[in-house]
Amino acid sequence: MTAFMQVANRRCVRLADIPVLGVDELTAALEHDTLDGVRIVALFGMPETPRTLRLMAIVARDDAGALGVASVVVGREYPSISSRCRQAARFEREIAEQCGAIPVGGGVLKPLRRHAPDHAPAEWADDGPHDRDAYPFDDVKGEEVHEVAVGPVHAGVIEPGHFRFQAHGEEVFALEIMLGYQHRGVERLLESSDRLRAVLLAESVAGDTVIGHASAACGAIEALARSRKTPRAQAIRGVALELERLANHVGDLGAMAGDVAFHPAAAYLGKLRGECLNMLMTISGNRYGRGLIRLGGAAFDIPGDMAAEIARRVERLRDDLAPVLQLLFDTASVQSRFDGVGVVRPEDVTTHGFVGPVARSCAVTRDVRHDFAYGVYRFAQIPVAQAWAGDVLARALVRRLEIERSIEFVIEQVSSLPRGDVRVDCAALRPSEIVVAMEEGWRGEIAHVVVTDADGHVRRHKVVDPSFHNWPALAGAMPGNQISDFPLCNKSFNLSYAGHDL
Amino acid sequence: MFDLLRARLRQTPAPVTPRDSEAGLPDRFRGRLVPASETAESNRRLPVIDLGASVFAPEEATADRHFTRDHRMATRTRQALVLENGEMELAQALDARMRSLLGRSLRLRSVAAGSCGGCEAELTALGNVVFDMARFGVQFVASPRHADGIVVTGVVSANMREALEKTYEATPDPRIVIAVGACAISGGAFQGSAQVTGIPESIPVDLWIPGCPPHPLTVLDGLLRLLGRLD
Repeated sequence: MTAFMQVANRRCVRLADIPVLGVDELTAALEHDTLDGVRIVALFGMPETPRTLRLMAIVARDDAGALGVASVVVGREYPSISSRCRQAARFEREIAEQCGAIPVGGGVLKPLRRHAPDHAPAEWADDGPHDRDAYPFDDVKGEEVHEVAVGPVHAGVIEPGHFRFQAHGEEVFALEIMLGYQHRGVERLLESSDRLRAVLLAESVAGDTVIGHASAACGAIEALARSRKTPRAQAIRGVALELERLANHVGDLGAMAGDVAFHPAAAYLGKLRGECLNMLMTISGNRYGRGLIRLGGAAFDIPGDMAAEIARRVERLRDDLAPVLQLLFDTASVQSRFDGVGVVRPEDVTTHGFVGPVARSCAVTRDVRHDFAYGVYRFAQIPVAQAWAGDVLARALVRRLEIERSIEFVIEQVSSLPRGDVRVDCAALRPSEIVVAMEEGWRGEIAHVVVTDADGHVRRHKVVDPSFHNWPALAGAMPGNQISDFPLCNKSFNLSYAGHDL
Repeated sequence: MFDLLRARLRQTPAPVTPRDSEAGLPDRFRGRLVPASETAESNRRLPVIDLGASVFAPEEATADRHFTRDHRMATRTRQALVLENGEMELAQALDARMRSLLGRSLRLRSVAAGSCGGCEAELTALGNVVFDMARFGVQFVASPRHADGIVVTGVVSANMREALEKTYEATPDPRIVIAVGACAISGGAFQGSAQVTGIPESIPVDLWIPGCPPHPLTVLDGLLRLLGRLD
């Protein structure tokens, strides 16, 4: 990462200090480094002058806990970065759509969310690749190859997305996923709203990751304001984040049990997921923890009697979960459906930069809480869960391990909450600075990058949900599997449409 | 087999009913927003509270209004969500013809149209063993062709507008439409975005359920009122 300036999670640097490279230089650095275990955390555009765009690249080397940032200034067209660095592909599509800068020589440029540019330099005409109806789907030619199109309105109660399978009988040859239906214009709103509204918006990036996104957004703003949270506030945020992880992992294991028609586990885990949400509601007044994470700390304290109650309820949860998880993983009919289905290969994890449980189920240890420790996780380390096979079973195992470890963490934290206030003031933001705030949400790495202008206003607020990195993992895991295994496979990832579409 | 039975015995049955729910909701739960009682007693003007525009953030409780633990908030009209004197008219049942057509069942198709996924998560939770809406004959189905109505969540993003209209058209008439959550009702936290289009006027809404997201009991309460099972 020699071409990049070293930064750290939630530490601001002056915008003027960020190296400005040539496009070739940046591409060469990304090409070299991504082959060497580095991955792209974020790569986004922001208008520099009325006629130029500045691309910011943020990269991470997880095993060394190193973060780097570099930038490049481009015009309407620039030589494609993804033609030499695969990981840049989706970011490049996003930049073309958000900012209108076209990469040349990178093949067919498909829209990502299908909307008009909302971050383009002022003098650029509005003619990016955002025609809602024209999406060039790939197809597979051949006798008896048929196409199955699903969505955006699905059979279940889930978010909208469009899936195109190229199949031969039951066997899937290829899967292409078109998203963007949930696009609400989050980033633009984050940049133009007052502070409270921005936090409410961060809570609504993805409704099942309220704590994760709100904490990352607040982490970035607090760093720019040099606001230092109290240890008690950090512990409460950690407890809330782990309760959110518990709710989602427990719920997803239940839904996976449902997808293989193992109803006892589906029913019990569905109920126990509710118990996790109810604990968040006890703390915050909302089942998803809305209202808890606020600038400067937390809006609600966990007083002593509530802490004792939470500890008791989590212990009961642990005791209730153990036999159900045992049952789920010991049942032969479940094992045979989970085993060997939807395999993600370790080399794909490094090539595409997958994160979270998807990466950890391929023996790639990547966990922001461990690699870029922040807040309470600097003092209370959670061992990184790992499996190796990369299939549905491996993802289920990683989730099970994370459930067990989050339970221990929550019990430990609520039993020894540091004394002090839960909220401190958050002053005005420092001008012309950039900060990267990363958080290990239950799906993986959540990154919020905030840049301020010369007046200390938010100039750019980039959100990268783990689903942005991981959607290609689902598409890549399907070929060779049966169409009928798709729901199970999909559920084992449970990626966010809203988090991707923003 | 024995493990299965042992696991079953460990799990306590847990269905809750909308009537006795308040006891189970924690002190901090943010339900219906009402004028502060001091304001009501003095003869000052009561604040106008629009439950449809509320995202139920703790900051919305101010000097003249506060949250209660009352989860009941569903109405038949958008206007009824706007509380002008603090009083609220909860949803009335469908007319006799509709109720006799539906009989004892209500099949709904969910359309997530530019949401954060939170409302859908609560709709899914309605099917679990705790809220168990199937015991009231309410069920989500896989196709609008099988449905008596649709449930709309989300702001109705520009990219979902057409799909929503097509799903509505594919639902056999007479059909009911239920708007769930602050986004579907008013745009919620996303008000002001160019991508937000709102539920089109061609799709008349029969039941409005506010919340961000609404508690499953709020949704269940609204559905049961619509079916005339609660008053």
